[in-house]
Order: sequence, then structure tokens, then C-alpha cells
Amino acid sequence: MANAPRTLFDKIWAAHVVETLPDGTVLLYIDRHLIHEVTSPQAFEGLRAAGRRLRRPDATIGVVDHNVPTSADRLTAVNEPESALQIATLERNVAEFDVPYIPLADARQGIVHVIGPELGLSLPGVTLVCGDSHTSTHGALGALAFGIGTSEVEHVMATQTLLQKPAKNMRVTVEGTLPVGCGAKDIVLAIIGQIGTAGGTGHVIEFAGSAIRALDMAGRMTVCNMSIEAGARAGMIAPDETTFAYVTGRQFAPKGEALEQAIAWWKTLPSDADAVFDKDVTIDAATIAPMVTWGTNPEAVVPITGTVPDPADEPDPERRAQLQRMVDYMALTPGQKLAGTPVDVVFIGSCTNSRIEDIRAAAAIARGRHVAPGVRALVVPGSGLVKKQAEEEGLDRILLDAGFEWREAGCSMCLGMNPDKLTPGQRCASTSNRNFEGRQGPGGRTHLVSPAMAAAAAVTGRLTDVRELAA
Amino acid sequence: MKAFTTLTGIAAPLPLSNVDTDKIIPARHLKTIERTGLGKHLFDTLRYNADGSENPEFVLNREPYRHAEVLIAYENFGCGSSREHAPWALLDFGIRCVIAPDFADIFHGNSFKNGILPIKLPREICEQLMDDARLGANARVTIDLERQVVVRPNGEEIPFEVDPLRRHMLLEGLDEIDQTMAHTAAIGTYEAMQASDKPWLAGPGTTALMDTAR
Repeated sequence: MANAPRTLFDKIWAAHVVETLPDGTVLLYIDRHLIHEVTSPQAFEGLRAAGRRLRRPDATIGVVDHNVPTSADRLTAVNEPESALQIATLERNVAEFDVPYIPLADARQGIVHVIGPELGLSLPGVTLVCGDSHTSTHGALGALAFGIGTSEVEHVMATQTLLQKPAKNMRVTVEGTLPVGCGAKDIVLAIIGQIGTAGGTGHVIEFAGSAIRALDMAGRMTVCNMSIEAGARAGMIAPDETTFAYVTGRQFAPKGEALEQAIAWWKTLPSDADAVFDKDVTIDAATIAPMVTWGTNPEAVVPITGTVPDPADEPDPERRAQLQRMVDYMALTPGQKLAGTPVDVVFIGSCTNSRIEDIRAAAAIARGRHVAPGVRALVVPGSGLVKKQAEEEGLDRILLDAGFEWREAGCSMCLGMNPDKLTPGQRCASTSNRNFEGRQGPGGRTHLVSPAMAAAAAVTGRLTDVRELAA
Repeated sequence: MKAFTTLTGIAAPLPLSNVDTDKIIPARHLKTIERTGLGKHLFDTLRYNADGSENPEFVLNREPYRHAEVLIAYENFGCGSSREHAPWALLDFGIRCVIAPDFADIFHGNSFKNGILPIKLPREICEQLMDDARLGANARVTIDLERQVVVRPNGEEIPFEVDPLRRHMLLEGLDEIDQTMAHTAAIGTYEAMQASDKPWLAGPGTTALMDTAR
């Protein structure tokens, strides 16, 4: 089967096989390794203990994002001691192991999954890993990108490879035109609502179809970012002219003749027309509405026009108990309409939705309106470069005038590891990726939404169908 | 890595599906630069009340489950983040084996690398093991990785599948990096081929990045 049709995943995989072991496990070469302060200290410590060095410091880059404060005074203010220690440890490690590093004071500092594509470190056709599950984001460029644990971080540092079994291929095709008021976040939430949080387990998902092709790169990153919330090992989108245009001119992307050579290869990567997928799902874009999660995992999602499900309708007792726990934790009532639910906090940011396009979408709703009384609304750009561009476009002014906070780049309120977190009982409309119990702070209640929906919640003080505001 | 051969111990019933990594260990407890000491934060939000006291209802706060070495759970165990702190916390508490109908991929891989054996068994068998576990201290379960069987308290043996390479590494307690280092020549050959076929793929280079970072 030398000429068997292959998928995008098959092609990138095959191009990175160093060796196949007798049992089918593959030693897979890793082209790019991104590291941050939370999941790397134990890996560096392991290297040190074994007297090993980094095989490819030039293919590695470090940045701080999870723990950093996003306040304006963060370069001088005292950080939480444990966070400060993790950051200091990373700085000591990158110096000792000669790893390129973007410090907090650098204009390009930001969320690792925002800066990778932004700086041209993430490219089509590459294998890219990071000790963070949302590494799937980089698949938007047509890369094979996935999150790894700290043992694997150490393995990549020492060998520039990983031992991997091939994943299965899954395709999610979204055909047609998205309704007004809907975007990439609504697409991916609708997909997870349909296939579930384990729908992609063991698979790499290729997102395809006209609605995916029509997305800009930021939208594609939003979709691939959340593939892990469907359990997938990675998410990918075939590189096309949109991708090539995005990559061109980025700081570390190939240039000139090298770029032409790269594009020639990238054009061979899209799945062959007759490639076979182990799992195939199709969604009609026209049926998608602005989505909002009501529960404590991302598959607990409904259109904003929907209601909170009634656990009593669930026949399986175990599942019923879990639904009840979600309803109780979220302090909602079965049958209640999601629209109109009051929120305390709005968070616009995270590796899912903190790019310039996301900030523009939020600003478009915020323009000429004001954050509702009693609501705290944070906008946290994904990187220093996003922040700078937004300020050049005057988006910061629009948001500040509307009563939003305009903050420095970082993971911020996505995960409760830095000073930005919910207090117990607070309800938040958030553009992040996980609504697990306590994710944004102990006792916090998260509703995942798009940037436009988040801004709509901020200005009305409640979960709101953004289509009612857009007109 | 500590080898895993056989284990006979108390199994704790955790009849939940979608146990996410934030539930296993919340992000606020990831601020360590060590691998050890995380056991006290295992299942933090389920295990402790808001005032920090133990929730007496939670299984791992009850005897004999404080000494559990096996955990029985339901579908999609370990979903969410890639944090290896999740298996580190389980291990530090004393859990060496988790049995569930299925696992999230990254958690599954991370477990093996820390000497924790994740075993996939069908839902109905997990339900039986859950019932066994509820019997407490007199209902010890045996995990025999050599023979690939779970032995129920009543002596019934349930076979399970495990990736042969991972089984070998666990049984021997092998270090994966050491194993891969044996392939250094092949890695070098691959790198040379890539440098000639796809020179554009070369990393930006330490110097280039460092210079512009300043």
C-alpha cells in the first residue's frame, strides 16, 4: 500500500518517524518545544540529576505565562512567593541550559500558545510539543501539536523525540455558513456538545469543511485549542493560502527562498481526497447558535436560547447524580433559561480567545456601551504584541471607556494560578476553555462563551444573546 | 521509576465519570518545583471543606480508604490538562493503580511514566469492582501485571490488556530516556536528513532569539 491515500496527520507523522520499534511504537522527532514555568522545573531537575544536556536548545523556547500577574505594576510588585520561585527557577534553568527565553519584561511575552504562532515558531508540517494540554492550538497552522506531561518534557529535552503510538484519524466537517453573531468558539463548543468530552479520545481531529476554511487563523486556533476538551490528542486544520499569508513575515518564520521551499512542501500536506478516517462527523454550520456552557465540563453546553437540563430526565442514576451535582454547583435551576442569568465577572482572554481578532470582537460590542453596575470585566491580551496592536487600533480606549479593565498579557483568570481568580460563588462569563469546578478559583462558576458573548454579558450584567445587541 | 509487578491492597470506590485533572489536583497547587509532597492536595476540593477541614463524606477521608492503593472510577478519568502533578499526587498519596472504563490520553501516558498502572476494563466490570471496593478492608484486590489479571476478593480473575512496551517498562522499572538514548545514532541520522531536506525547519537558533530578546 505504498500509495495508500493519507491524511494530514499521517503525512506529518510519517515525515517525523526516526525509528519504528518492533511493537509499533514510534520514536517521533520533535521540531519545536515550548516550555513554561509550571511544567518544566521537575524536567530540568531530572536532566541535572542524570547529568544530561538539552539536545536542541535552538529548537526550544521558554516563556512565563501561567503564574504571572497581569497588573500594570507587575514588573515591580511582589508576586506570590511560590509563583516567584517557579519563575526564578525557569530563569535559572534557561540560563544554565542555554535555552532561548522571553522574559516578562520583553514586549513579546505572552501565553505560550499565542506567541508560538505569532512569532513564526509554530509552522505548518512541524511537530510541536509543550507541557500544556492546549498545545493543540498550534494545529491550526497544519502542525502536529500536542500537550505532554513533565516526564515527556524531560524526554524531549534530552532526546528531541517522543515514544508514541500512532493516533487514529477523526474528521469533523463543518459545512455551510455560520449565522450572524456566531464564531469559532461557538463552532467548537457545538462540536464538543455533540461528540462529548471523550469523543476524540485516542484520535487526532482534523477540522474540515467550508465553515472551517472560512475562519481566519485566530478562529482556527480557537477551534484547535479546544480539541483537547473533546479528549483528542491533537486538532489540526490543513494549511492553505490563509495559513501561508499568516506565516509570511513572522519573526522566526522562513523567509524568501526558504519560505518558497517550505510552502511547496506544505501544499502537499492536506489529506488526500480519498483518505479514510476512523471516525467522521459532520455538522451543519447553519444550525449553530451562540453557545454557552451551563455545567462543569465543556460538553454541558447549550445555545444561549436554551435551558438548563433537568437531571430528573436522566435515567442512569450515576449520570443523574452527576448532572445534579453540576446544577447545584452552578447554582442553577433545572429548566431555567440561560439568557438572563446574572454574572459577577467577565473574563476575556486565555489561549482560546485573546488574539487581536478576539479583542476586536469584544470591542465591537463594548463600543458606546458600559459595563453593567457591579460587574468586573477583564480584558487580558494574549501577548505583549497583541496588546500593542490593540492599543494602536484604539481598542484599549474603547474598552476602558466602557469600564473594562485592560491588563498585561498572561494566562490570567483561565486557571486560578495567579492573582486573577474568582472568589467562591462568583459567576463568570469567560472566553477560556474549561469550566471545571474551581478552575477559575475555588467555588467559582464558569460559563464558557465567545468574546462577543462575553462582552455582551459584561454590558448587560447577565448572560445575553449577542444577536440582540449587534443589531 | 519504581517497578510495578503485583499489588494487593485496598481499593477506593470513586463512582464518578469525567474526573478531570483540576479535580485530581487544582491548578493553585501546581506551584511547586518538586515532584513529591502533592498527596495532601489530591482531590483537594472534594476532600476538604472551605475552612480546610476534612470532608468526612469523601472516600479517601474514611477508613480503610485512607490507605487505598487502588482507585476504581468511571469513564474518561484524568480528562483536562497535561499536568503530571495529577499522577504525582496520586502516587504521593499511595495510589499505584487506577481502574476505569477509559482514560484521557495524556493522563494515561503520564501514569505509566510514574509507576502507576491505569487499567481499562468495561463499565460493568468496573461496577463489580466498585461494589467490591465498597466492602472495605476485607475486600482487597490484587493487581498482577506479570499475568495481566485483576483478582477480585472472591478469587475471580479478570484479564486486562496493556501495551506490551509499557508493561515491560513498568515491570522492570525502566527509565524511558535511557532507553531512547540507545537510539542516539538514529536521531542524529534523522537530524542530518532533515537539515538537508528541509533546511527552513532549523530552529531560529539560540543566538538569534537571545539577541532579539534583549
